[in-house]
Amino acid sequence: MRALGHLSQEQIVFGLAVLLCIGFAIALPGFLTTNNLLNLVRSVSILGMLGVAMGLVVIGRGIDLSLVALMAVSVAWTLQLVANGVPLHQAVAMGLAFSLVTGTITGCLVAYVEIPAIFATLAMGTLIYGFGRYFLLRLDVVYMPEAARHLLWLGQGTIYGVPVPIFVFAGVCLMGYLFLRYTRAGHYLRAVGDNLLAARITGIPARPVIVMQYVLSSLIGFMAGMVTAASVASMNTRVAISTYVYDVILVVVLGGIGLSGGKGGIRNVIVGTLLIGVLLNGMTIMDIQYTVQNVIKGIILLTAIVIDTIVNPRDEQTAQQGDI
Amino acid sequence: MSLSDTMTRWRYRAVPDHLVGEILTKRWVDNAIPMLILLAVLAVFGSLIPDFFGSASVTNLARQWGEFGLIVIALMIVMVAGGIDLSVGSTFALGNIVALALISVAEWSVPAVVATTVMCGAAVGLVNGLLVGYLRLRAFLTTLVTLIIVRAIVDMLLLKYSVSIAAAFPDSDLWYFFGEGFLLGAPFSVVVIVTIAVIIHLVLSRSRAGWHILAVGGSRRSAHNVGIPVRRVICSTYVVSGILASLAGVLFASRLGGAGADTGIGLEIAALTAAVLGGNSLGGGRGSAAKAVIGSITVMIIVNSLVRLGVTSGANSLLLGIVLLAAVAIDVRWLKNRHKVLSKVYVSPTYADLPPAPPTSGASPYALNDRLRPVELIGLGRIDGPEDVILDDDDNIYVGDRTGDIVRFFAPDYKRQEVFAHTGGRPLGMAFAKDGSLLVCIGGMGLYRVTMDRRIERLTDETNRSWLSIIDDSRLRLADDLDIALDGRVFFSEATIRYEMHDWPVDCLESRGNGRIVCFDPNTGSTRTVLKNLVFPNGICMTHDGQSFLFAETWGCRISRYWFDGPKKGTVEPVISDLPGYPDNINRASDGTYWVALVGMRTPSVDLAMKMPGFRKRMARRIAPDEWLYPNINTGCVIRFDENGRIIETLWDFGGENHPMITSMREHKGHLYIGGIFNNRIGKLKLDGMDESWTGQTSYWGRT
Repeated sequence: MRALGHLSQEQIVFGLAVLLCIGFAIALPGFLTTNNLLNLVRSVSILGMLGVAMGLVVIGRGIDLSLVALMAVSVAWTLQLVANGVPLHQAVAMGLAFSLVTGTITGCLVAYVEIPAIFATLAMGTLIYGFGRYFLLRLDVVYMPEAARHLLWLGQGTIYGVPVPIFVFAGVCLMGYLFLRYTRAGHYLRAVGDNLLAARITGIPARPVIVMQYVLSSLIGFMAGMVTAASVASMNTRVAISTYVYDVILVVVLGGIGLSGGKGGIRNVIVGTLLIGVLLNGMTIMDIQYTVQNVIKGIILLTAIVIDTIVNPRDEQTAQQGDI
Repeated sequence: MSLSDTMTRWRYRAVPDHLVGEILTKRWVDNAIPMLILLAVLAVFGSLIPDFFGSASVTNLARQWGEFGLIVIALMIVMVAGGIDLSVGSTFALGNIVALALISVAEWSVPAVVATTVMCGAAVGLVNGLLVGYLRLRAFLTTLVTLIIVRAIVDMLLLKYSVSIAAAFPDSDLWYFFGEGFLLGAPFSVVVIVTIAVIIHLVLSRSRAGWHILAVGGSRRSAHNVGIPVRRVICSTYVVSGILASLAGVLFASRLGGAGADTGIGLEIAALTAAVLGGNSLGGGRGSAAKAVIGSITVMIIVNSLVRLGVTSGANSLLLGIVLLAAVAIDVRWLKNRHKVLSKVYVSPTYADLPPAPPTSGASPYALNDRLRPVELIGLGRIDGPEDVILDDDDNIYVGDRTGDIVRFFAPDYKRQEVFAHTGGRPLGMAFAKDGSLLVCIGGMGLYRVTMDRRIERLTDETNRSWLSIIDDSRLRLADDLDIALDGRVFFSEATIRYEMHDWPVDCLESRGNGRIVCFDPNTGSTRTVLKNLVFPNGICMTHDGQSFLFAETWGCRISRYWFDGPKKGTVEPVISDLPGYPDNINRASDGTYWVALVGMRTPSVDLAMKMPGFRKRMARRIAPDEWLYPNINTGCVIRFDENGRIIETLWDFGGENHPMITSMREHKGHLYIGGIFNNRIGKLKLDGMDESWTGQTSYWGRT
């Protein structure tokens, strides 16, 4: 442990990913082909984007369990609007607006009503799914209509042989990095996540910053949703009640963004995404049963949380009563 | 009295404002709101759905509730200890599939099946408990992960056994009895959950283990500091939770006998909603089996009724989400603001119309003078707050002080003093009993006796609880003054039942009849309330006929007489109803009249405020207590009066130079000894023309 003490969690995870890569490359034929590697990155780029969204919230000492539900419902609604004859750009604008408004509501519930983020977003996830299914959508799965053909490029197109989703992922990562590194709002976000009370005392508008986290997360979520829909030419809203959002948390926690907030950055998300991508890809190639994959992912996430707890112990100052 | 005054008076007589605050102080109000929600839900769906209250419908609902309720109780136990268990839904599904596999495929006997299934649930709980309790992981995420893992395990089992489960028919009457049988006229699962709810309730409220759980949830750090094994307690709650969830799974298996892929999916959200809706706090410390039961019934009815109304699946999760959000929001805001609301509404002034104050000038019997100016000071600066003064047969002075001591000053020069007894409360009124022991009213404690050899004995600290009182008025909060009847019965006043000792000015702000007079009978050891709804009853003094006593109501500015014996037994008569100040202790004078101390004088502004309850209420809510309008208690006087209410003389220290602030006086051998609750001295005044051999003891007990 002492020898490992010099390494950050990020470096350890990166090392693990590289080791896994080497292991798979030796053990699995067909793993180390350009095609498979591009495929690998492409398949996790959506997860990575969601990871950036989740990462921003977690750095601000929150958590967004409604991320996937909001993504699914807002994008599915956009597609359905297009299918109903609404012009594409208008439909996208409406879907985005829905997403942002919902994000704002979630943020207000956390910041102003002071519901713990974990419960607010859990309930919002259920609520958004129910709202979408009851009021907005007719079917579980909404297919991409003809009128939205242009969108397909976002998921299936390539630039110089590299799939577009990878570029989108890279763009989102870059924006997230610049936001955290150079903007005042980004600094505020980290300050609020590090120590809410201190941030408030120094005059940072803590509550608006918390709302901003969830708006940002819903914005990135919508982009990730569009890419998802474009990749498979449909949006399955049942993903909202699946365990997909926990994969996103897995990426974030695994990458080394402490759940107690204020720590980590976009690089951690990339590293976490990489490890998960390699893992999922390898398991798929090895043809491991889906349920077993779930167990493995669960155990890895559990281990990640255990390590997170040991590396970032919750001391009695930061651990508050009712902080669960 | 003007019309508006009359209306105000009736308004405050008819609407009992103070009950709102008192209800808010009760713990059961936490259950009242969920109960109202439950009744509302019952009313709405009962009217929407035909035959909702039919026996088939109710039986079906009750049987499902048995399973769901168990899960909510499981979650509640974890929540009370400050954690959360989202894996209950998966554990429930695991219990279901394991039980089915064991009974149908492995064909085990029913007890073995139940035992093994419960062990499986306990194992899942143990994993959660070890991770959350001992490794101190975050409960929410940890149990989410175990939810996923257990769900994946259930899916694997399903793939393997679902076909053979569907094909098999377990050959056991007991098994079908679990699912379809009735016990004592109720479905079996209902019997199970009622039994478990009662057990859990008893454990949480009556046993050491339960108290440990509540303590850990209330404040983990404090629980650790008092030596509670926090980690073990937390771990055990998860184990119990796993056991109960898997038990629910067994009941479900026996009822439906089929394993589906969607069993228990989303159940954690419904259970969480139910638990919070019932009033169990997220973050722990507040929760009970009753709350879990109320919440689970409410959610059960909502979910079930939506299905019966044929609403699509989306509406269900929409509604659950909204209810969960609302319940959590209310819970958070309620916990945060309850004490603020309480402090705002608890003080509820009422209309008090005092008769016009007589003048204190000219030919008035209350006219100002300087007769207290020559008092000789005893113990100046060496005593802090002698509320009452009393002298024994040897002329020693006894006074209570602010630090809880009864101090004795030795005759004849009173230079020497000693602590006669340390009470620990605030010694107020005193009286010597026939046997020479000293009876003391101790604020915050009750009625006590200090024997001649200085032993302190409790006589009483509670009286009968009134049936219709919302706050528990059996405990004595502020025993104030006492006197002893010839047969030994002790009558003492309790100034207020709504406030603690140090909040007495707030009681003035209310000026409601919050006080009472209580009788302690040493012959039977019983304590009974004899007079209720008095406005800060204070001084009590036996009249010379031995059948009645005089009592002063401080904020009522009056002195009345109560007969506890004789032909007029049980009646109250006014003696003086328009004092110019606030009366405190009353004591006998040597010539058959009585002394009363006026602790402060009435002022026109306070008198006016007494007729404006709304003004006082706004004052109490909006400005700091330091800024409130208080009655004057800086200047007062001593009055001598007779049984007919005639004022014989008034003693003032005009300007308060030698003895300000008077709460009591005691005549003894031609001298008057004066005490004051905020004073730092005892005054001794030579009385002219009074019997120089008279003492209280001779007057009461005929001793010399």
